[in-house]
Formats: sequence, structure tokens, C-alpha cells
Amino acid sequence: MEELKYHLNVNRRTFLHRSAIGIGGLALGALLQDSCKSAHDNSRLSMGALPHFPPKAKRIIYLFQSGAPSQLELYDWKPKLRDLNGQELPASVRNGQRLTGMTANQKSFPLVGSKVDFKQYGQSGSWFSDLLPHTAKIADDLCIIKSMHTEAINHDPAVTFFQTGNQQPGRPSIGSWLSYGLGSENSNLPAFVVLLSRGKGNIQPLASRVWGSAFLPSEHQGVQFRGGADPVLYLNNAEGLDSLSRRKMLDVLSQLNHHQLEKFGDPEISARISQYEMAHRMQTSVPDLTDLSDEPDSTFKLYGAEAMIPGTYAANCLLARRMCERGVRFVQLYNMGWDAHSDVTGMTSRLAKDVDQASAALVTDLKQRGLLEDTLVVWGGEFGRTNFSQGLMADNFGRDHHPRCFTIWMAGAGIKAGITYGETDDFGYNIVQNPVHVHDFQATLLHLFGIDHERFVFPYQGRRFRLTDVSGSVVHDILS
Amino acid sequence: MDVVLFRKNSMAFLSQRWTLMGMALIIGVVCLANLCTSVNDTDKPLPKVVDFNWHIRPILSDRCFACHGPDEGKRKANLRFDTREGAFSPVDTLNGVPRFAILPGNPEQSLLVQRICSSSQDSIMPPLDSHLSLTSYEKQLLIRWIEQGAPWKNHWAFTAPERPKVPEVAKNGWNQNPIDAFVLEKLTENDLSPSEETDKARLLRRASFALTGLPPTPAQLQQFLQHDAPDAYDKVVDDLLNTAAYGERWTMYWLDLARYADTHGYQDDLPRTMWPWRDWVINAFNKNMPYDQFVTWQLAGDLLPDKSKETLLASAFNRNHKISQEGGVIEEEYRVEYVADRTNTFGKAFLGLTLECARCHDHKYDPISTREYYSTFAFFNNLDERGFVPNLETPKPYMVISAADYDGSLPFLNKRSGLKKPQDTILQMVMQDSIGLRNTYRLVRGKYDQPGEMVTPTLPAAVLPFDTLTFQQNRLGMSQWLFSPANPLTARVWVNRLWQEVFGRGIVQTSENFGVQGALPSHPELLDWLAVEFRESGWDIKHILRLMVTSATFKQSAVANQDRLAKDPENNWLSRGPRVRMPYEFLRDNILSSSGLLVQELGGPSVKPWQPPGLWEEISTEKTANAFRGEYSYVTDTLPEKKYRRSLYTYQRRTIPPPTHLTFDAPMRDNCEVRRTRSNTPLQALVLLHDKQVLEAADALAALLLQDPQLTNPTDLLNAAFQRIMTRAPDPTEMRLLVQYFENERARPDPDTLQKPSVSTQKNTTPKDQNALMLTITVIYNMDEAIVM
Repeated sequence: MEELKYHLNVNRRTFLHRSAIGIGGLALGALLQDSCKSAHDNSRLSMGALPHFPPKAKRIIYLFQSGAPSQLELYDWKPKLRDLNGQELPASVRNGQRLTGMTANQKSFPLVGSKVDFKQYGQSGSWFSDLLPHTAKIADDLCIIKSMHTEAINHDPAVTFFQTGNQQPGRPSIGSWLSYGLGSENSNLPAFVVLLSRGKGNIQPLASRVWGSAFLPSEHQGVQFRGGADPVLYLNNAEGLDSLSRRKMLDVLSQLNHHQLEKFGDPEISARISQYEMAHRMQTSVPDLTDLSDEPDSTFKLYGAEAMIPGTYAANCLLARRMCERGVRFVQLYNMGWDAHSDVTGMTSRLAKDVDQASAALVTDLKQRGLLEDTLVVWGGEFGRTNFSQGLMADNFGRDHHPRCFTIWMAGAGIKAGITYGETDDFGYNIVQNPVHVHDFQATLLHLFGIDHERFVFPYQGRRFRLTDVSGSVVHDILS
Repeated sequence: MDVVLFRKNSMAFLSQRWTLMGMALIIGVVCLANLCTSVNDTDKPLPKVVDFNWHIRPILSDRCFACHGPDEGKRKANLRFDTREGAFSPVDTLNGVPRFAILPGNPEQSLLVQRICSSSQDSIMPPLDSHLSLTSYEKQLLIRWIEQGAPWKNHWAFTAPERPKVPEVAKNGWNQNPIDAFVLEKLTENDLSPSEETDKARLLRRASFALTGLPPTPAQLQQFLQHDAPDAYDKVVDDLLNTAAYGERWTMYWLDLARYADTHGYQDDLPRTMWPWRDWVINAFNKNMPYDQFVTWQLAGDLLPDKSKETLLASAFNRNHKISQEGGVIEEEYRVEYVADRTNTFGKAFLGLTLECARCHDHKYDPISTREYYSTFAFFNNLDERGFVPNLETPKPYMVISAADYDGSLPFLNKRSGLKKPQDTILQMVMQDSIGLRNTYRLVRGKYDQPGEMVTPTLPAAVLPFDTLTFQQNRLGMSQWLFSPANPLTARVWVNRLWQEVFGRGIVQTSENFGVQGALPSHPELLDWLAVEFRESGWDIKHILRLMVTSATFKQSAVANQDRLAKDPENNWLSRGPRVRMPYEFLRDNILSSSGLLVQELGGPSVKPWQPPGLWEEISTEKTANAFRGEYSYVTDTLPEKKYRRSLYTYQRRTIPPPTHLTFDAPMRDNCEVRRTRSNTPLQALVLLHDKQVLEAADALAALLLQDPQLTNPTDLLNAAFQRIMTRAPDPTEMRLLVQYFENERARPDPDTLQKPSVSTQKNTTPKDQNALMLTITVIYNMDEAIVM
């Protein structure tokens, strides 16, 4: 028995040491525990203890709008484009911007104004199009950034850039970085969760690498939650195996593994024993999370009836709130379908209808529950859309990809409410004030979590890698 | 007493870095060592003799090179520590007297010491805004090194290995071959001794997984246990090396390195045909093709004077990179990306170097300039290829494989694959230079549309000067350079990876990086001995593996007692045998093999075993009227001869890799990877408890055993099950626990409620036995030992 105790102690020590591969190494699935803050080794000395300073945000819900919503139909009102409808985009405005393979050979670039009307809302007087009636109602809770810009001009590299800081695959996603850096806030759910939904639009594929952990330890991968009976892959018992049998199985397994541990003294064995216990706890905590039967009718009134249908954007927003309540650090939603190369008006209307109510409901709901104070909510896509028509002018015109300006919004923890930040020119083509680069956005996001993005590094292949690569500045103007 | 090095009022002066060191001389007679000791926060004793390679360069590289290293563009104060000349040249002169960063024997007068020990925020090195710092231990190391005369050595990995003398140490009959002498020497130095030999069954299992990725068969085990001859183990090792499974196991490793996948990898991620190349790799490993030939064919099979269809197929190695089919891409941007991918892969796969760090600027740590990066890039930049590939076209250049090749030039291809009619063909991407197609330029900041000066093909001189009189300036010459006896890296890098795969970690732990930021070898002489032995054996991979697995070091028991855990927690000194969690492929193959489901067939198109439904549909694009948007649904193979194949044949879709593989740390195949991490997570537990494939195997094994007339009682049944999974009999405690569990489950009042996955195996068993045994087998599959090797 003394021998075993000794093993367990050494095991713990050695295990902490071995977990040097990740700051949250012992956080195992980032699922296991939160002691990562105390773990440190040489490679981390320069990084210092995390968080670097008191955080404003404890958790984040990122409502990623995949395919790139048109800022010109939703947030960035450009009456001048209506005046100039059909006229050629002046070369002086385009100013050498490279175009995608889809419009590069286009002979003419006719400007097209939005067919959708815009109004100002709230005390802040922020502009919203008629496609966003619900979001308009929470105008005073939002910080609308109209001056986002990126480097990529196509979906795969642009989404990868937003989510990992690099256009080419091979870097960890934001959620993996946070899981690695801050560990988990709960002991029976993952720290980083991914939820997918598909809108009625032009769907561009996603790659699971955008929630992958790349060179960070794989326990920091995003864990996908899915609509349906098996919300987490491999979570459910074999049909017919009741929980009592499962418990008995785990008990005998634990005894067998303890027996092994006594014999071999390998710390990995004790870690594995803990993992099985954690897995078992997840079997209870996950269904408890995804079972919406305890939600009152008012919830579905707020989020919309679609929230009752698993796998919809609305249902995912509601799940995101429930995850926040349970201490999930990073909830990453992807809603697909915004890629309006044709019929931008129709497609954007349909997609907006899918997301408008639930997005606004989420912010309202978090606020009502006092969670918005330390929960950050982000809404946005991977780039914007052109002010000119893709192809010839037509009634159902579409818009191509545009990297130079687009709109996202942020709300909640540490973010100024009821402001619009940044401005584009009358053509809606270039930024004229306060540009925010993707790396600036990422630096700001980390800042809200109390992390200095320049000091938050992981050594891999001899180099210290950062989410923000070698650039990025915190946008202090939008911080409350 | 604390000694203040600089007076406060002198701080303003010191805000400039190395260039303005006028203040430095104001230090009086201060004992710098004391100064640094006064903030000592470590109890680690300093080494008596400080070694430059071991102690000093790692510090200089990690904390100083970013501004005082090989990158000319970022170098501050014209001071560099990456070369001997740079480190010992005068930094400047003060009143006509030259001053030095490092003055051998005189730490007080060394500006480096003054700066790292400075109490001023403005003059401290590394500077605050670098977010880097030195521990007091590291400062004291630097001081002691300078006290001892600051001896300089070249980076160990850039000096060609010479065969070291085998240490004359032995432990009463322990040593089996030279490996053991090197290991024993280090053990003794570290006050450790080898562990006893592990039992025969565990040894056979360990060797079998290391060499073939599969457990031994019950017959193999039986035979080995009964065979008492002294050469019994050597014989079984030879048998293992000669199984076809050997080639599959090492191909599995090579696929990570080669970033092999069955799809193009970006956006719609359309399918591609690369499996004929994969089958060539299996065959080459099985034939024990010498490593130099193996690599030369893959690098330059299209350029060989006696090239053949087979050598051309081998060259497909360099076409395993991702290729975009996204409608909007700018072709040149992506074409450049592919060439860079080949360049980076060449560096990591064969040299253990991070060439990619020199793509946008000179390398920050290793002596590789951006110019050299693009000179290496130039070897791979001569293909008539496109950045964008239209739907379902095979990207040029490619070769055509027809049914005739199955019996002719490519006899190793799986004959059941695809080609039914004589006119059917497989188009397989390969390498082919189009001379004069384009020039290569250094790309400014790595940008595809910003060419700098023109470059010609050469390779990093710090590794080995690329003498154009000796080496052709094409990929064939590249390969000759790689396998020149003067090349310091090629042999070391590969024997280290073999070691990593056999012992669980490399002699150089960072098997991907032998540069100055990489880990140092735990057993440098052993590494060099193996490297030279490898080269002089004619690059014989099986020979090296045989040495490794027949060493006494390998045969040690994996039991870690208190003493060993305390002195060698990481098993750095190899005081015990390896015990590491298997890669996913091995553990699934073990499950299939032990349950009798495994279908052993070599090669052919990749297969799609069961995975949870819907994963592809969730993030793929549906086929539209005018475009095929890649595979929308994962269509599970239902035939046993497909779904029960070894895991290296599992279809690898890059944007949605098989979830079980990812959960167990397999890479996504986006880039060359040579070392997997080994995590230990609850999601892994969920896979092993609930993956339908595990349950199916448990059910099949239960049925198999229950139908064996010789197994009549629970003890016999469980003993047989345990043996098949663990390659050993359960000990009394294990048996007691398992029998108890089995009996309890069998006594369940409602055995029929357990829904089992359907299995093709014919069954004639009573449900309650079947259920109870299936559950008990699932328990065994979930034991830690079932997934370690």
C-alpha cells in the first residue's frame, strides 16, 4: 500500500512534468481540471502565469457566419451606391485590389446599391437593414465594427485565417489556444465546444481543422456537439446497456487498471483511470446540458420555435447559453450558407431570417441572466462582399468576396456597448477610419481574457508560435 | 549583499542597446557571479565543466538569436552569437580600446555578462519587450563558461558523425550488442542500472508491435514460449521482419511524414488517387530497399538515368501536398504554396530542419538564409503544374497505370483494385521537370508576387556545401548530396526516427528538429554509432531495427520502481523497457486481429470502415446541378474484406479526417509530421467504450470463443480472450476480477435487452453467455495495457 501511495504521488508529479507539452496538459480534454495555471516549465517562463492581467471575459460564444455575409445588405448603409447603381467602379477606388478567380476576368464592375432599406436604432443610432429587425432591437448592447479587413480572398484560407491566425492549415484554432492557455472552468464538460448549422443559402464547406488543435496537444481540439441522439461522438452506451451495468464495467476496469498501476508505476495509467471517470461524468453532464425540457415556453418565444429543432442555428444559440451557464469556456458556432455570388438580396434575407432572432435572443438572454458581463459574444464572417455586381447587372445580382472591409459585431464582457467603430468610404469599398485587421481582432479577443497576445506562445519546431503570428494590436477604443 | 551594477542616473544612457555601451565601464570591481547569485532561485548545481553545445548554445539560440543570430535583416548592433567569429569580435571601441561581448576568461569585462546581469530595465538583456528572460541558473552558466575560457564548438548536428568507440563497459552478460554498452555507460553515470529482462510473452508482444504494428498470433506466441533455444528470440525477430505486415507498419509511419491523404485538402476537398504510391512504399519497405535508394527514387525517380515506371511512381512522394480546387484562387499563389510544401517537407523529412522558417526572412536560429531557402525551392519549381485544379481532373504531371502494369512493371499493386477492363487506367500524379519552364526567384517576404533576385538550385551550405561539380543541380543531385558520407544529418535523422518508433521517443527527442533549437541527444555517441553503422551497412533499415530490438536495452522490463522513477522519471536514460500508448492504427488493428476479424491484404484503394454517420454531410457541400462538390456522404464499406482492413488503409479525407484517428493524436495530413503527440483524454475512453467497431470485435471474439469446444468454463474462456488481446495470461488478481464480472453479467435477469451490433460471424451461442463475454472482452479492450506497447 505504501508502495502504491508513493506511485500515486510520483505519478502526479511526473504527470505534471510530462504535461509540459501543454500548459493545460493536465486539463486533459481540457476537460479534466483547472490546475493548469500552476503548471509551468522552462518553455513557459517567458510567457508568465496566465492570465497575464485580470480578465474581463470568462467565456465566449463566437457566432461564425461562414460564407461571408454581405455587410452592404445588413449593416453598412451606402445610399451613394444606389445613386451610382450600374455605374463603373472607379479604378481609383479599387486601387489595385486583387480579385478572386471568379471576377478577375470580368470586363466591367458595375456598382450595385442595396435593395434593402436601412434605419437607425436605439440611443446609439446604429444602422441596421430591415433584414435584422431583432438585432436592431439590441443596438445599444452591441459594438459594431464596420472596418474589419483581412488578407485572404477565398473561403478556405479566409476562414482558416480568422480561426487560426494563418491562411494555410497547420496552426491551432482560437478555441484551442484558449483551452490550452486557460484550461477548463468545469470538471465534466469540454472547455472548447463546436456547434454546426446550415442555412438556406450557398453552402461552402468547412474543414474540421478550423477547430483543430494543430501542434497543441490534441486534448485542446474543439469537441463537436451535434443535434440528435448522440450529441458527443461515442458518448452513448451500447443500446440496452443501462447505467448500472456501465458503472459496474467501469468499476472492474478501474480495479484492473489500479492493479496495473501497482505493478508498473506508470503515471499514464493513473491518468487513464481519471479519464474514464471523466468520461463517465460526461455521460451524465452532456444529456443534462442538451435536454431542453427544463426550458420554459418563454425561452422558445425568445429564441424562436426553431430552437426546439436540434441542429438549427436557434437551437445552437440556446445550447450555447446553456453551455455558458455550465462553464464551457469557448462555444464556437458555425452557420453556413452566406456565400451570395448571385441573388445577394434573396439569399441574405433567408439567412438573416435564420439567425437574426436567435442571435439577438442570445444576447438578451445572457444579459437577463447576468452572464453578459463576463461572456463575450461575437458575430461575423470571414470577409465582406463587393460593392459591384458579380457578372453583368441583373435583378438578382450577386456580390463577390471582398477583403478590404466588412462588418462584425461584438457584445458583452469588456466591450463598449452601443457604439459603431470604424468607417468605410461612400462606395463601401475602402476603410476610411480605424481599420481592424484580423490579428487586431484576435489580439483584442485574447486581451479580454487577460492575455497579452505577444506573450502567449507555444514552442513548436524551435519557434515560439502565437495566435497573432507576428502582428496585431489590441483595439483599445472598443474596450469598456 | 546586493550589488547595484549601474547607478540609477545612468539609466537614460542605457536605453540604447549594444551600440551605446559607453556606460559599461563604470562598473567597478564587482563580482558578477555574486550579483547573479544574489537572485538565485534555483538549487540546481552548476556543471563542473560547462559544455558549449550542451549548456550554452541552447541559451544563446533561444534567448539571443532573434536579434543576434543568423537573420541579417533583424540583427541588432551588428552583433551575432551564432558564429564563432561574430561572438568573439569586438563590439565597439571606447577611447580606442576594443570591447567584447565575450572576453574569454574575463566575465567582468564581458559586455554580455554586464547586460544580462544589469539591474536597469533599459539595458537588461534580453530586452523587456522581447518577453524573454534568463533564469539565474542560465546566467551563472554563461558566466562560468566565460570564466572557463569560453570554448566554442560547432553545432553538433552539422558535423558529420564518425563512428565512436564502443564503451568498454559490460554488466555480467547483460550486453547483447554495442547499443547496450552506450546505454549502460549513461546508466552508470546516472547512478542507475538496467532492469531485468521482461517476460517472454511481453517481449514478443513488444517486438511484434514495434516491427509489424500487430500482436503476435496465438500460434507464434505458443511456439515462442515453448522454444528454449538461445536464438529463439533472434529467429522470431527475423520472422517478424519478414512478414508483409512489417512493410505496412513502416508505411504507416511514412504516410504521416509524406502527408499522404486520399483527398486534395482544401475547400471541397475532392478525392485523389495516391494509393498506388502508397503500395509502392509498402513493397519497398518489405523488400528492405536500402534507404538511400528508397529516398532517391522518391525524390528523383523521374530523373534517374535508368528510370522505370516504378521509379516514376515513387516520385509521387512530392505530390502528396494539398491542392486547391476553390473557384476563386489565384493560381500562382497556390502553385508557390505547393513548391514551398515540397521544400518544407524535404527539410523536415530528410534533414530534420525547419527550412520553412527561412521562407520570409533569414532563419532566426539556424544558419539558413532566405536565399538558400529559395535555392532549395528551385529544385522543386520546374513542374508544368497549376495552382487550381478543375473538378475531378488529375493534376498534371501524372503517369498512366493500366491493368497490364499489374503483371508487368508494377507487380506489387493490389490486383483487386479498380482496373477491370484492359482500357481502364489510373492516373497518378508524379514529378516531371519541364526544363526552362520558369526561373526561380527569392520571394520578398515570401510573397508569391514579389520576386527578388534570381537563384539557382543549391542546398544549405551550413549542412554541406553543394558543390556543383560533384552534384547535379536537379533533384537527383539533391539526393546525392543527401547521401554523401559528408552529410551530417541524413543518417542521424532516420536512425533517430527508427529509435523513436521502437523505444517511444528519439535519442533526439525533437525528431523533427536537429537545428540549434532542437533537443540535444540523450546519447550522442550512440546516435552517431547507429548513424555510421546504418550508412556503412548500405543504409539497411532492417539491420538497424534488428540491432535495436535484439538489444538488452529493448528487452528490459517496463516496470518502474521507486528508484528509477525518482532518478529517471522520463526514462531518458533507458533504465527500463519502453511502455507507450500505441498510435490509433495499432490499437484498432490489435482489436481487429485479436477478435479474428482482421483481413490481411496488401494495398489497394483506401477503405471506409464504420464511423458515426453524418459527419461529412454536416460540413460538406451538396452536389449541385452544374458542379460536383466533392464527396458529400461518407459511404461506409460493409464488406468484411474492406471494413476489417488494417487501419493504414482507412480513407483519409483531409478536411474531415476519421474522428477516432484525431482523438488518438493522428495528424490531419496537412503537413509533414514525424512525431505524434500522445495525449490521454476522456474522449479516448469514450471511443474505446462505445465505438461500434470495438463492440463488434468484442462480440465477434465472444462468439468465436464460445464456439470453441475446448473452452468449457469461464476461466478458460477469459484466459483465451485475455491472451488474444494482451499476448499473455491474466494473473490471478486479474482473473478473479474478470471472472467475477463475467459471472455477475451472466446472472443479469434481462440479458436480451442488450442490443449488439450485427456481426457477420455465424453464432450458435446462448445469449446470456454471449452478452456477458462480450462485455467482459470490452473491459479487457479498455485496459490500459491493451493499448500500450
